[in-house]
Amino acid sequence: MAVPVSLWPALPALPLVMAVTGLSARRPAVLLFFALMLLDGLLAAALGLGLLTGQLPTVSHSLVTGLPGLAWHLRLDPLSGWFLLLIGLVQVAVAPYGPGYVRELLPGHRTPGALGFFTALFLLGMQLVVVADDAFLFMIAWELMSLSSYVLVVFHHQRSENRRAGFLYLLMAHVGALAILLAFGVLATHGHGFAFDTLRSADVPPLWSTVAFVLALVGFGMKAGVLPLHVWLPEAHPVAPSHVSALMSGVMLKVAVYGFVRFTFDLCGAPALQTGWGVALLTVGSLTALYGVLFALMQHDIKRLLAYHSVENIGIIFLGLGLAVIFRATGHPGVAAVALAAALYHTLNHALFKSLLFLGAGAVMHSTHERDIERMGGLLRRMPWTGTFFLVGCLSISALPPFNGFVSEWLTFQAALQTWVLDSGLLRSLLPIAAAMLALTGALAAACFVKVYGVVFLGQGRSRHARHARRVPRGMRAGQAWLALLCVLFGILPVPIVRALGTITGPILGDDLHAASVQGLLWLTPISPKTASYGPPLVVLALGLTWWLTARLLRRGRARGVVSCEPWDCGFSRPTPRMQYTATSFAQPILRVFRVLFDVEEGLEERGGIHYHLHVRDRLWRLLYEPIGRGVLGAARQVARLQSGRLRAYLAGSFATLLMLLWVIGL
Amino acid sequence: MNTGLLVLFQFLFFALAAPLLAGWVKRVKARLQNRRGTPLLQGYRELWKLMGKQALVPDTASPVYRIAPYVVFASTLLAAATLPVLGPRLPLASMADIIVLVGLLALGRFFLALAGMDVGTAFGGLGSSREMLISSLAEPAILMAVFTLTLTAHSTNLASVTDFLLHSAPALRPSFLFALMALLLVGIAETGRIPVDNPATHLELTMVHEAMILEYSGRHLALMEWAAQIKLLLYAVLLVNLFFPWGMDAQGTPTGTLVALTAVTFKLAVVGTALGVTESVLAKMRLFKVPLYLDMAFLLALLGLLSHVILEVGSR
Amino acid sequence: MTLLALPLQEQAVFVLAAMVLFTSFLLLAQTRLVTSIHTFAWQGGLVAAITALMAWSSDAPHLYLSAALTLGLKALLIPWMLHRLVRRVELDRHTESLAWPAATLLGGAGLVLFSYWVVLPIEHLELAATRNIVAISLSVVLLGMLLMVARRQIVQEVIGFMSIENGLFLGAVTTAHGMPLVVELGVAFDVLVAAILFGVFFLQIRESIESLDADRLDRLSEREPEA
Repeated sequence: MAVPVSLWPALPALPLVMAVTGLSARRPAVLLFFALMLLDGLLAAALGLGLLTGQLPTVSHSLVTGLPGLAWHLRLDPLSGWFLLLIGLVQVAVAPYGPGYVRELLPGHRTPGALGFFTALFLLGMQLVVVADDAFLFMIAWELMSLSSYVLVVFHHQRSENRRAGFLYLLMAHVGALAILLAFGVLATHGHGFAFDTLRSADVPPLWSTVAFVLALVGFGMKAGVLPLHVWLPEAHPVAPSHVSALMSGVMLKVAVYGFVRFTFDLCGAPALQTGWGVALLTVGSLTALYGVLFALMQHDIKRLLAYHSVENIGIIFLGLGLAVIFRATGHPGVAAVALAAALYHTLNHALFKSLLFLGAGAVMHSTHERDIERMGGLLRRMPWTGTFFLVGCLSISALPPFNGFVSEWLTFQAALQTWVLDSGLLRSLLPIAAAMLALTGALAAACFVKVYGVVFLGQGRSRHARHARRVPRGMRAGQAWLALLCVLFGILPVPIVRALGTITGPILGDDLHAASVQGLLWLTPISPKTASYGPPLVVLALGLTWWLTARLLRRGRARGVVSCEPWDCGFSRPTPRMQYTATSFAQPILRVFRVLFDVEEGLEERGGIHYHLHVRDRLWRLLYEPIGRGVLGAARQVARLQSGRLRAYLAGSFATLLMLLWVIGL
Repeated sequence: MNTGLLVLFQFLFFALAAPLLAGWVKRVKARLQNRRGTPLLQGYRELWKLMGKQALVPDTASPVYRIAPYVVFASTLLAAATLPVLGPRLPLASMADIIVLVGLLALGRFFLALAGMDVGTAFGGLGSSREMLISSLAEPAILMAVFTLTLTAHSTNLASVTDFLLHSAPALRPSFLFALMALLLVGIAETGRIPVDNPATHLELTMVHEAMILEYSGRHLALMEWAAQIKLLLYAVLLVNLFFPWGMDAQGTPTGTLVALTAVTFKLAVVGTALGVTESVLAKMRLFKVPLYLDMAFLLALLGLLSHVILEVGSR
Repeated sequence: MTLLALPLQEQAVFVLAAMVLFTSFLLLAQTRLVTSIHTFAWQGGLVAAITALMAWSSDAPHLYLSAALTLGLKALLIPWMLHRLVRRVELDRHTESLAWPAATLLGGAGLVLFSYWVVLPIEHLELAATRNIVAISLSVVLLGMLLMVARRQIVQEVIGFMSIENGLFLGAVTTAHGMPLVVELGVAFDVLVAAILFGVFFLQIRESIESLDADRLDRLSEREPEA
């Protein structure tokens, strides 16, 4: 579908209209709001698709707004297009989901308008970040995104833990923003300007560009949730309304990835990449992935669990980026392009399946009014559609063929296994170790989603609410269906997508991945057909055929149909819901094996029967954040001594400051 | 051999020879225990009988329970079929490389574990939980071992790897030795054999695989059992053909095919005997010893990688 | 330079060297004391085999003597002495597991990488392949030290010490075709004497503190024990 590029002004305009309609909580206004969201999402996706397929040229615009002398610039290129596509696809799913979900949420709420208004601003902020073409507009859009999402996090501000999560988020978002600002500052000092073109052509000495890289890693990593800066994420994402959680976990983290890719690969530029950066990214990425999945396994609040999985997937993405940096810095642009494509592909995949899972979790919470998976069970029979879509999400995130998560992890593996082209023996052994970490992460993620799906959707209901769950409205199902469809599609037909990714890697890394599609639509051959190939359509076909043949042969056999009976369970009495394995017991062996990483508090209590309690905390709180918090408080206390309360002392302070400033000017 | 015939052969070989290998191992064990043991063809009879029985489905089960046997069987069989048995000229191998093979096995395992959780009994959850623990520790070890091979052959495509192995000059590679040992350990764990799990156990608190399929009956049970046998054969073929590719047929001539078939049968018989002997000699481990066992496998694979990097590739 | 360019004997040396490294890891992971001693004997045997192979491939007859010496001393005599000692102090059913086995083993793998990194700058050895064996022998030395740090049992510490010596010997044999015979004899004698002395010490220590737990030896400082 060809979209005239002149439609781009609608991209910021539609969210502004949405913001106005969002202020009203009346039903028609809400419906209009979500209709506009759908339109905006379709537009963003269409523009993105056009940019990626090359039907739309890369365009730059200068806006009339902005400061005098510092006009705002916009630019739509394939990299922006990829992320516009991502934002658009998720938005299209959230739009039909919203009305049904919000209806339950709004009655009796004091500030109904805030939700719509800030959701619109949030979308606007994210879309502006990916099209901004100067540091100035980028930072403004970034702040718009951070602040509006803060308001959405504290939407249920009656509960104190939500306010606490919101404050933590606000604090870390701003420390991160400061780091990003400084990173831009380093480049701007050498390039004498804030437009991205100027930054791109800046001649930065290697040391300073390393400084800029570290600042960018901290800044964008804080938003994306990279270890050890991820602590806000599992606190903040779960407390927002579910469709906003989907946007935050599915899309906002990806905007941070966009910022990092834009900064490192485009603004710093491929020639400036250093092997050390890649090793740092690789290490941080693999540790983040492992840490995220291990903590996800220990959670039983469904949204918190999903939030920890976002940490895991961000780790996988950064691992891919690290591979890209290493291969580019050692002079292998072809492999680097595969690694970058893998990372970007995983970015989109994660957006799809994580949003799907968050929408599914929202639907479950909508019908059971429970967040604790220990109180769910047997929901597949109560909500068959949500259950099916959630299963697709689980299979995708566990990186199982033929779903989309597998394709991007497979590409990451392929890039990592090209390690033999490297000269350094250390790197040659480091890369496969990172790949093994990726394998461990994938397997643990599968364990985690067996737990989630088994406890939530299978078995028998563990609470009255779960046994009487209702189906969710059709719109909510439609949103999930859209994402589930995309998960399957992106898993089965990766070749066109990788080809589109070639338009991104071409200009940045100098290799447009033409090798990946030399054998046509059916075969994905990232390096060469002899090295590795994967034919997902054929795998699906073969699986389907085997299944069909087996079922057919067996059905024609002597016994047909099935007989319903009581569960056997080794001949014990009929199992009751309380006899089922719980999520905690499912994760217990893994907890024991990886115990050293967790801050565990467990014990038995006797209060009318024996109760077992288990509390798993993030060790980093105690090791890293509490000391920092104490340090900051201590420093604040020292500074507070200045606050003597006497007027003349304050005047003397101002006077001294003035004198010092004058002295600085005089230098 | 004709391409289509070869593909058909792959599927049929794994489907039909799997019960035989399992029967052979059982027989070796019986002989070592001074029993006569069941006939070699007993496996086929059991499958046939199960297929003829009506399938009981617990009333607490969901549709996942009923589709799981088909998914498990289809994914295991497909994974096996991509593994070259006779020679490197296998078109299926380019459809799914070794990573996809591991992924397909993981797909089957995912549904197997879900099926265990589905009925809502304590045993099922127990089995699923343990299976996922074991597999999540085994998967990095198996991939690491395979990586060592692929780093030497510069490919993850199993046909290319086999081709490389057949055509490269004979060399003593320390990395292959370690990778072989690692794959042996992992293979035992993944196929649920002693000392990790006991395939003969039933109604024991130590069971893993059996606990998950406890409720199954009739044709569903037949598929689950069959899939487990195919998985055993898959690992056996993986081991013998990657590390001892002797006798494999590079050209595809009729005599070559016959030689390759004889060679692979012989090698599999040796593997089956070895498995029977180790199972008779070893005792099953406690569950929490298994992580250390799999750590050892991972360490072996890692040593394989390191010795590849340090000793085999050499300088610069 | 790749493996395939080397003659078969050198390839065999590589395989055996890798096995020596593996036995070091086995020593690290082993829980049973008696099995540890057996593993150590195997390690000595492997080192002796490497020496013999080197003697054959480089046509250096004096290395046969070293090989025989190593085999006799490290694969047979010292393990036998240790074994007898362990039985005498009734530790032959002793087991001890590491506190964090997985972490220790991975740390060991890290040490291997580290020693590879350390020997990378060595340029002027005639064969790059030899340098890589130096990496292996250095890792065997470091792993021996790790073993001594990680274990609490004194007999295990002795095994760690001896495996350090194995590593040094491996390096000497493969790079310099062995040390001068006099030095080698001296070292062998030293090791033997050390083993005997250790034995005497064990009995003494056990009589005085009634244990062979190295953690009980915690007063090795000049600080006055606090009352």
